[in-house]
Amino acid sequence: MHTDAKSSAPERGKSFAHVAEASWGKGLSTLLRIMRMTLRHPWQVAITIVSTFIAATLQLLIPRLLGRAIDQAQGVMAEGAGAAAQHALWNTALTLLVVSVLRGLFTMAQNYCGEAVGHRTGYELRLAFYEKIQRLSFAFHDRVHTGDLITLGLLDLDGVRMFFSTGVLRVVLLGVLIGVGAYLLISTDLVLGVLSLSFVPFVAWRSSVTQLRLRSTWLTLQQRLSVLSRVMDENLGGIRVVRAFAAQRHELKKFDRAKQDALGLANERVDIRVSNTSAMNFSFLVAMGLVLWFGGQKVMSGQISVGTLAQFLTFMTILQMPVRQLGLMVNSFARASTCGTRLFELLDTELDIKDAPGARDLVVTDGVLRFEDVGFHYPGSGGRPTLSGISFEAGPGQTIGIVGPPGSGKSTIAHLIPRFYDASSGTITIDGQDIREVTLQSLRKVVGVVQQDAFLFTTSIENNIAYGNPWARETRIERAAESAQLHNYIIGLPSGYTTIVGERGASLSGGQRQRLTIARSLMLRPSVLVFDDSTAAIDAGTEQRIRAAMKRFAKDRVTLIISHRLSSLMHADQILFVEGGRIVERGTHGELLALGGRYRALYDLQLRPDDDRPAALGAA
Amino acid sequence: MSDPRDDEKEDTRGRPAKAVVGSHRDEEEVFGKAYDPRIVRRIWSFVKPYQGRIFISVGAVLVFTLTQLAIPLVIRYAIDHGMAPGRLDRSVMVWATGAFAAVILVNYAASYAQESVVGKVAENVLSDLRRAMFGHLQRVSLSFMDKTEVGRLMSRLQGDVNSMQEFLETSVMSVGDIVLLFGIVSVLLWLDFRLGLLTLSTMPILFIVRLFWLPRAKVAFMAAHETNSIANGALAEGIHGVRTVQSLERQHVNFELYDEKVLANLNAHLRSARYAQVMVPIVDTLTGIAMATVIVVGGSMVLSHSLDVGVMVAFLFYIQRFFDPIRSLTMQYSVMQRAMASGQRISEVLDVPVDVADRQGAVALSRDMDGSVEFRNVTFGYRRNQPVLKNVSFRVNPGETVALVGPTGSGKSSSMALAHRFYDVWSGQVLVGGHDVRDLTQDSLGEQMAMVLQEPFLFSGTVLENIRYHKAGATREEVVRAAKAVGAHDFIEQLPDGYDTELEQRGGNLSLGQRQLISFARALVADAKILVLDEATASIDSYTEMLIQKALIKLLEGRTGLVIAHRLATIRGADRIIVLQNGEIVESGNHEQLMERKGLYARLYNMNYASFDDISEEEMGMDAVAGKAT
Ligand SMILES: Nc1ncnc2c1ncn2[C@@H]1O[C@H](COP(=O)(O)OP(=O)(O)OP(=O)(O)O)[C@@H](O)[C@H]1O
Ligand SMILES: Nc1ncnc2c1ncn2[C@@H]1O[C@H](COP(=O)(O)OP(=O)(O)OP(=O)(O)O)[C@@H](O)[C@H]1O
Ligand SMILES: [Mg+2]
Ligand SMILES: [Mg+2]
Repeated sequence: MHTDAKSSAPERGKSFAHVAEASWGKGLSTLLRIMRMTLRHPWQVAITIVSTFIAATLQLLIPRLLGRAIDQAQGVMAEGAGAAAQHALWNTALTLLVVSVLRGLFTMAQNYCGEAVGHRTGYELRLAFYEKIQRLSFAFHDRVHTGDLITLGLLDLDGVRMFFSTGVLRVVLLGVLIGVGAYLLISTDLVLGVLSLSFVPFVAWRSSVTQLRLRSTWLTLQQRLSVLSRVMDENLGGIRVVRAFAAQRHELKKFDRAKQDALGLANERVDIRVSNTSAMNFSFLVAMGLVLWFGGQKVMSGQISVGTLAQFLTFMTILQMPVRQLGLMVNSFARASTCGTRLFELLDTELDIKDAPGARDLVVTDGVLRFEDVGFHYPGSGGRPTLSGISFEAGPGQTIGIVGPPGSGKSTIAHLIPRFYDASSGTITIDGQDIREVTLQSLRKVVGVVQQDAFLFTTSIENNIAYGNPWARETRIERAAESAQLHNYIIGLPSGYTTIVGERGASLSGGQRQRLTIARSLMLRPSVLVFDDSTAAIDAGTEQRIRAAMKRFAKDRVTLIISHRLSSLMHADQILFVEGGRIVERGTHGELLALGGRYRALYDLQLRPDDDRPAALGAA
Repeated sequence: MSDPRDDEKEDTRGRPAKAVVGSHRDEEEVFGKAYDPRIVRRIWSFVKPYQGRIFISVGAVLVFTLTQLAIPLVIRYAIDHGMAPGRLDRSVMVWATGAFAAVILVNYAASYAQESVVGKVAENVLSDLRRAMFGHLQRVSLSFMDKTEVGRLMSRLQGDVNSMQEFLETSVMSVGDIVLLFGIVSVLLWLDFRLGLLTLSTMPILFIVRLFWLPRAKVAFMAAHETNSIANGALAEGIHGVRTVQSLERQHVNFELYDEKVLANLNAHLRSARYAQVMVPIVDTLTGIAMATVIVVGGSMVLSHSLDVGVMVAFLFYIQRFFDPIRSLTMQYSVMQRAMASGQRISEVLDVPVDVADRQGAVALSRDMDGSVEFRNVTFGYRRNQPVLKNVSFRVNPGETVALVGPTGSGKSSSMALAHRFYDVWSGQVLVGGHDVRDLTQDSLGEQMAMVLQEPFLFSGTVLENIRYHKAGATREEVVRAAKAVGAHDFIEQLPDGYDTELEQRGGNLSLGQRQLISFARALVADAKILVLDEATASIDSYTEMLIQKALIKLLEGRTGLVIAHRLATIRGADRIIVLQNGEIVESGNHEQLMERKGLYARLYNMNYASFDDISEEEMGMDAVAGKAT
């Protein structure tokens, strides 16, 4: 059974904000997929499209009616002058009013339903995105920057959501306006009809070209902006480091560089955009001038009436807006295809850690944890093994201690048990059941890992402790805090358990943060409990009280203690000394001391009471 | 703790009462409330440098608007004087077309000038605003940063700044809209007073409708905006805390909670879309009424030859354009509202007081100061009336290494923070090199004091860049030397690209100990006179630590060291050990002296050493008292 952690995870170094422009074919299939999502609301889509048709057609009637009214006012129509002409004017006016009202209603329906479809699709996408993010493995999250994920979930998702209303609907609208309009106009007067539409091809060409340019600069701009936001985000997150080194100036320089990069490009974009819109507007006005000139000639030679000329001119004003929006439309297509490609790529990412087909719940009988010749390498480490040949067994109530130099692979061992990563070779079993063959949920309920580098949420202490079991009663939360030796501190706070802890626990001391994490893990009553160096910032006294408090639950639990403080693990049933990803020494405390190896050296340094050790820091 | 399993029968279905995702609080809670008219002035101060360009663009907008107004007039001229029956005049047509050409050329130039100038000014102002906020955040005190989420600040630096940009871009255009509106009104009245008045009589209706509509719509728009940021906050939290979520199997709960928020957001958006769209048929109806009026009344007038037909055409043109500015002005209204809210949030950031600032005439701490650190009767705390350090006094002589030990939460890290003046003391004095830290420039203090913080934080970038950090001048050799001293060289060399390996976010592809080593190396490269190590080797085994200590002996000769460690072996050799408990110094002396005293230190030390099975109940009890308030 060999699962390569690398195989299913997309290749390293490829980050979602930086996916190169998708190929046309891919872009097209993305757009189709968005349309399919949209069609999950068939009724609304149908209403939207029908309304768009009707609204556009009604709008086209308006120039006609206006032209007719002008002719009627001049008495050039058959009605002649007098009461009949008056009557005709009333008729036209009322028709116009009705048309306007209807047009307004259908436009409303079109806009509302269009937006609703977009928002509903957005809602579905957001849920799918969230769900996926929550399930993607640690390996994925190691590789992809949180800032990029947030961009993906906000900006890119919006790009997809708006596709229907800003892309598809505009195409329909413009199609109807130009198609039906061209028919009406050209059938009225060929030359004027052609002239009044003459700006359309120019504008269409111009805006497509520009939008494609804008899109490629947009991709670059987005990258630069994400660099900028990364600079800001890391600066604020690591503000203590910045202050400690008085590196504000350095940080501002970094910021300025990123800012200048983004600003230059943003200004460039303004130029591209503006030169395009004004050129489009100009071409429209030129066409209008042509219509005025040639139309005027025709009116003078009596070929057409003033009303007809007015009809052409009004038609052009109607067309002006949607044609100007052509650029936005192209943009919407381009954006939806890029954003969609990125978003769907994430949504389609295979989960590399998931339930095997037919996985059953883990049944803990005795609670025996076994590692059999386990090997592992991180996807990003270039194939260099991080762990190899790790084997050990821990029975119920037993404690395993793990020591070793930094980077030797201790945390990695801990991460394999709840399947944060899958072992590359070998097997890990709990009570004889391969952890890859049981459901993840049942596994993770059984295995608790107090992580070395814990994350706390910006919420009350109480909610943080009960994070894994939000149904827990107060008494149980308090008991966990008591076991972690935190209760006394908490009740001393003005708002006790409801005190909000700052981001990542900024308002707690290092040891308080670790104890909060321990309390949080205790809430789940795991059968396998791993302490990953989670008492490093806790003094020995407090640590021992924690251990004493937990001892009463330890009887049927396997405990793994990773620690650099030998007093924390010297009573373990078995101690593993890990170095370079291998277990180089193993045995009980006594056995290892007798062995006189690396463990012994550590012991001598830390615990032997004599004085023949090297001087402490700086005290030469 | 009678029966540990007594509450096993908890109901784990239903919605957990206390669980939350995201940490949305009312914005006011963090930043204060009052609406402040200074906001406008504040933002204006950022626009001011571009005043000249703004005037140009306003001028261009006016010209642009005038050309818009002129076009129907030219058409009217052509119709009435060139092609009216019986008054055919070719030269008028030439003139009219010429005038038209001139107008559209001016229109072209003006629209270009206006949009490009405004667009760029907006980009620049946005960038300046962001720079100002970011720069300010570099100076505000850490006590503000401690209680403010990074995400919240980021949304100010990005979202709020962007909505200011949107506002700036559109506000110049709304000057044009206002002019257009008044222009159309005047032209209509000028062309034909009575017909103009009649046509315009629809306008008050729109205003009345708006009056009823606006307050409700406003609430809906705000709600949409608000729920957006709530949902986004929850998403961001889900992304940042994903590892914890997975290890505690919270996905289901979180998904449901998130669903609630996104659903609320969806409904708010649908509601606000309803409000926005209901105006469409109303405006269209009013346009229809106005046009019908012109047709019936104007048409009759044309029939009776009391009105030129060209005027009627012009009227119809103007009416079609008439509601555009009204519509965009109302849009502008909500943009402005949003911008006002954003402006307020931006000013709040800019107004966060800088408590810890260089005072006037602060001196720079010179390189050849003696390197002593002294606390004189220092009292300090984070929350009012809850001192964390109480009347603490000690002195670290030049070249000495002094260790701070004590139970967790006793105030060790806080003391370090004070030495570096992250915070100001409540009373007493902290002196570095013989100067009160409040009399020193913070920059020079930071240069002479290097710290390894309890939480190793690495930036994205290469290993080399991280170790070098702000010492841009540090050579590769210096970096390698520091890395060798802390024993990080070997593992760095083994990384795929050695020193040039890009680190993942926060150094995620390194083990914690490795991160700690790198942040240690970073402090060494800073080459400071005083070195502060807050649990710098907590995640490092004693053997590696011993190697580091050996290597450091030479490197740190003559420097002052302040060391915090829980593993007492780390600091056994320090010149002096200060034992803190509940913010008070309970003992001090070197290892031997303290061991002889058999006080807290000796007890802690023995516990480090002995097995806890050996500790008598009595001793446990003593410690429980000792550690009570921690
Ligand atoms: N930014 C902060 N805001 C509010 N309270 C704080 C803040 N930082 C620390 N505290 C509180 O001040 C007290 C002392 O904290 P400090 O970090 O100095 O302890 P410490 O001695 O370093 O402990 P540890 O060994 O656990 O790191 C603690 O009770 C802690 O909760
Ligand atoms: N997410 C990751 N991606 C790539 N490599 C990693 C990742 N996490 C750890 N490594 C590498 O794997 C090795 C083992 O790391 P691990 O975190 O298991 O060490 P550790 O024994 O826990 O060390 P420490 O005592 O410092 O916590 C290290 O060389 C580290 O650089
Ligand atoms: Mg580790
Ligand atoms: Mg601390």
